[in-house]
Amino acid sequence: MWSTQLGRRLVSMATRICLSRGSSGSQGVGPVEAAIRAKLEQALSPEVLELRNESGGHAVPPGSETHFRVAVVSSRFEGMSLLQRHRLIHEVLSEELAAPVHALAIQAQTPAQWRENPQLATSPPCLGGSKKTRETPSA
Amino acid sequence: MSGTLRRAAAALLRWGPGAGGVGLRGAGVRAAGAGTGAGGGGQAEQLDALVKKDKVVVFLKGTPEQPQCGFSNAVVQILRLHGVRDYAAYNVLDDPELRQGIKDYSNWPTIPQVYLNGEFVGGCDILLQMHQNGDLVEELKKLGIRSALLDEKKDEDSK
Repeated sequence: MWSTQLGRRLVSMATRICLSRGSSGSQGVGPVEAAIRAKLEQALSPEVLELRNESGGHAVPPGSETHFRVAVVSSRFEGMSLLQRHRLIHEVLSEELAAPVHALAIQAQTPAQWRENPQLATSPPCLGGSKKTRETPSA
Repeated sequence: MSGTLRRAAAALLRWGPGAGGVGLRGAGVRAAGAGTGAGGGGQAEQLDALVKKDKVVVFLKGTPEQPQCGFSNAVVQILRLHGVRDYAAYNVLDDPELRQGIKDYSNWPTIPQVYLNGEFVGGCDILLQMHQNGDLVEELKKLGIRSALLDEKKDEDSK
């Protein structure tokens, strides 16, 4: 896992650059990621939307779009509990969550909450999942 | 500090292989496996009973002793931090029907899942936020569970 750390960081940096430029169809963005972004933007009109494909850090083949982390800052979350916010996001992404996405880490905040603490949460390291061993996936 | 170590050691003893001790149920043994092919109604009832049987119920990938998913592990670690020892943990990797059934039951697409007092609370992200903002201590208090973090704070305050 640590051997791909640099790779992941580079991908993450590249993704962030693409985010800030607002470009779509950039190198490395798969169809599922693009769909997630589009749906969340349309449904939540977010002030901040950080979406990261974290599949590379898990025991799935390269190029997978199964594990995502998303941070959404939207005034639509005002007055909503955490559970309600997460459920709303699940609803928006129900198609993707039916397949192939099976892990979605969510950070859902109102603009005020974000301004108070503008930090992106991170995911814990993979522990192998249903694979019996914890080796890094081979190609 | 020593209190926390003592508790952690006790927890490890409970969670040892084949421990089958008080508190922790493991490995999906009490899953809705008995309701194979029973259809939505039967399984939902069984799961309903399952999540209400204990104050704290979690559905994980893996076991508290050996989590097989980073997110499930986060749930285990948070509960451990709060000194919650007596909780029911079900390993969905051992039971594909449970794995799907609990998602249908809670209408929540992912594992881990946390239930407090029979009520679905959320996954790892929500539990982590509840831990960070103090809500978890309060929710545990409502269940009659005193978070270990309160004791640690007390220790710190008295120094």
